[in-house]
Amino acid sequence: MTDTQQIAYIAAQAADARVNVELETEGMTLNIGPQHPATHGTLRIIVRLDGERVVAAEPVMGYMHRGYEKLAEVRTYPQVTTLVNRIDWLGSFANEVPFILAAERLMEVEAPPRARWIRTALFELSRIANVILFLGDMAVQLGAVTPVFFAFRDREFVLNQIEAVTGGRFHPNFDRIGGLKDDLPKGWIEETRGVLARIRTFCDEMEDLVAGNEIFEARTRNIGVVPADIGLAYGLSGANIRASGVDWDLRRDSDMGLAHRELDWKVWTHPDGDSFARYWVRLQEVREACTIVEQCLDGIPSGPVMAKVPRIIKVPAGEAYVETENPLGVMGYYIVSKGELVPYRVKIRSASFNNVSITPWLLEGVYVPDVISILASLYFILGDIDR
Amino acid sequence: MNTLTLAVELAHWQQTTIRAVVGLVAVLLPAGTLVYLFLFKMMSFMQSRLGPMEAGPYGSLQLLAEVGKFLQKEDIVPENADRIVFKTAPFVVLVSTFLLVLVIPGGPDLMFIDVDTGIFLALAVSSISVIGILMAGWASASKYSLLGALRATGQLIAYELPLVLAVMGVVIQAGTLNMQGIVMAQAEGEIFGFGGIGSPFIITQFLGFAIFLIAVQAELTQPPFDMPIAESELVTGYLTEYSGMRFLMFFIGEFATAGIFSALAATLFLGGWYVPGLDPTDNLFNVIGPMVLLGKIILVAFLIFWFRFTYPRFREDQLQTLAWKVLIPLSLANIIATGVLKVVF
Repeated sequence: MTDTQQIAYIAAQAADARVNVELETEGMTLNIGPQHPATHGTLRIIVRLDGERVVAAEPVMGYMHRGYEKLAEVRTYPQVTTLVNRIDWLGSFANEVPFILAAERLMEVEAPPRARWIRTALFELSRIANVILFLGDMAVQLGAVTPVFFAFRDREFVLNQIEAVTGGRFHPNFDRIGGLKDDLPKGWIEETRGVLARIRTFCDEMEDLVAGNEIFEARTRNIGVVPADIGLAYGLSGANIRASGVDWDLRRDSDMGLAHRELDWKVWTHPDGDSFARYWVRLQEVREACTIVEQCLDGIPSGPVMAKVPRIIKVPAGEAYVETENPLGVMGYYIVSKGELVPYRVKIRSASFNNVSITPWLLEGVYVPDVISILASLYFILGDIDR
Repeated sequence: MNTLTLAVELAHWQQTTIRAVVGLVAVLLPAGTLVYLFLFKMMSFMQSRLGPMEAGPYGSLQLLAEVGKFLQKEDIVPENADRIVFKTAPFVVLVSTFLLVLVIPGGPDLMFIDVDTGIFLALAVSSISVIGILMAGWASASKYSLLGALRATGQLIAYELPLVLAVMGVVIQAGTLNMQGIVMAQAEGEIFGFGGIGSPFIITQFLGFAIFLIAVQAELTQPPFDMPIAESELVTGYLTEYSGMRFLMFFIGEFATAGIFSALAATLFLGGWYVPGLDPTDNLFNVIGPMVLLGKIILVAFLIFWFRFTYPRFREDQLQTLAWKVLIPLSLANIIATGVLKVVF
């Protein structure tokens, strides 16, 4: 549907509501946010209500805009990772990777195989840390408070593993152009295996407690259905589009520069495209991420973790765009370099911005409780929307 | 049975004072117990955390700390609020709670009022809280509050019906509306000739018990029926604008009502203050009766709170569907079955 068609549709709906003659009721405009428990951040959604039915919804973004694209222009390349860490703060290592990969492409250096494999492991660990929080949070948005505590409990172990390698729980700042800052600490591989077993147990628990719950199914099945073509038109990515039956995962379908294509794993899709499908796909993806990390742990090659790069990094003039399959969807960095110490321009394509832009189309005609469940199932991080 | 049976004769004002104090204790003690035992501790253990640990042994004085915190807070009234209605609403909600406790017997002679239509009175006064909630939502001059209050009203009215119909089975079986009579019927009854444990109606009226608990859950606006509060959608629904003391009153109201509905369920289905094996007219029950009842309250409340901490919430229309299409037909069938069996046996 084009914008014009859609505006016409909304207008027609509003007119219908008005023509409901005898019981004509005045609509109500409700501001969900910027401060609202469901937006876990500062997203504002203006919904026009007829009773509890949404006539029109409009997301207002930018309350958390931190100007990272501009800030990146006055920072040297290694310093930029500190910034981009904070875009999707739940899976922050994954934010660094596409930027570093883009810079590496411009400099024409390649990280040694060991660094590539460790990167892959950390990339997937941050995916786990990110998505298991969603698995609990979705239930909270639907009113069940317990699962999110389980999620926080088990995420802690993943964060510990990330911290053991990088020194940072939330903001690792560990990826370097040409490799990694450090090698793995002693005993880390064995510990991580234990953590992965724990995460698998957590996934089983969630499948039982949340996905297998009749009320949860009643609340999410056939709610917020995104047809594949609409989803693609709005630029959805990640689990959101895979839940609509589109079999598209950059980890498999393009050469991101990580080790994913050398490993044996599966891309999960779901034909329904509803909130439940999005939850289910993410649940499977956490399990799949565990498989990926396990294979990484088994197969990390030996060797250095850093390629030969000059101490002062000057990136040759040119442009590069690299996108990776981040926890929230496709994240890409477009770097324009003029051969200086700092990038000339950095454009960040973050997944949540596109994932949230479908809300006006998706929220139309649903009930207020479903607004929340649909928003929760789209799974956005505010930092990832506003950058 | 209409007066407190005590060894000494008391003046009217003394009796009244005792009644008032006992009434307060009867409302607040279960409420406090439930908050500490379930909201603080059980919920924490279910969510793999410890809950309050610092205030007193195992955090048992946390409740006092919480009350103190609420008392210190400023009592804010929104600028556009209807001040009088806004301020009275919490009291109206509490009134229904205090009226409910009147009819619940704690022993053969321990009762505030002994009316022939006890359970009818209880179910009637429990509806008063709806008015309080609607008042709170309307007077707050907040959209979230209004939505919450309207949801609460629709929900409470819808679930009043299965609640009443579920009780009807018990009433038919006991042959009386009097609460004391219902306890006695359970104490003295027998199941197919076996009278060893009396006849707690939970066995014969299990369907009624299940429907009653579901309806109670909805009446209490607890998950999975907490749409009126729905903190992820409506902030906290009709409570959004309340702070300090008035919020505390709603809070007490919620948990006291949970305790009292548990007491109702315990009395109707679990035999109230009676324990099998003793003579129900024994004076002993005037002493241990309240404690037995409290034990049963905790048992029922455990179920209520277990559901509360486990389930996500329904949507408003799903909730109405459940009430009108499932619970009410089921409870009607239960009444018919009970009636037929009552005549046959």
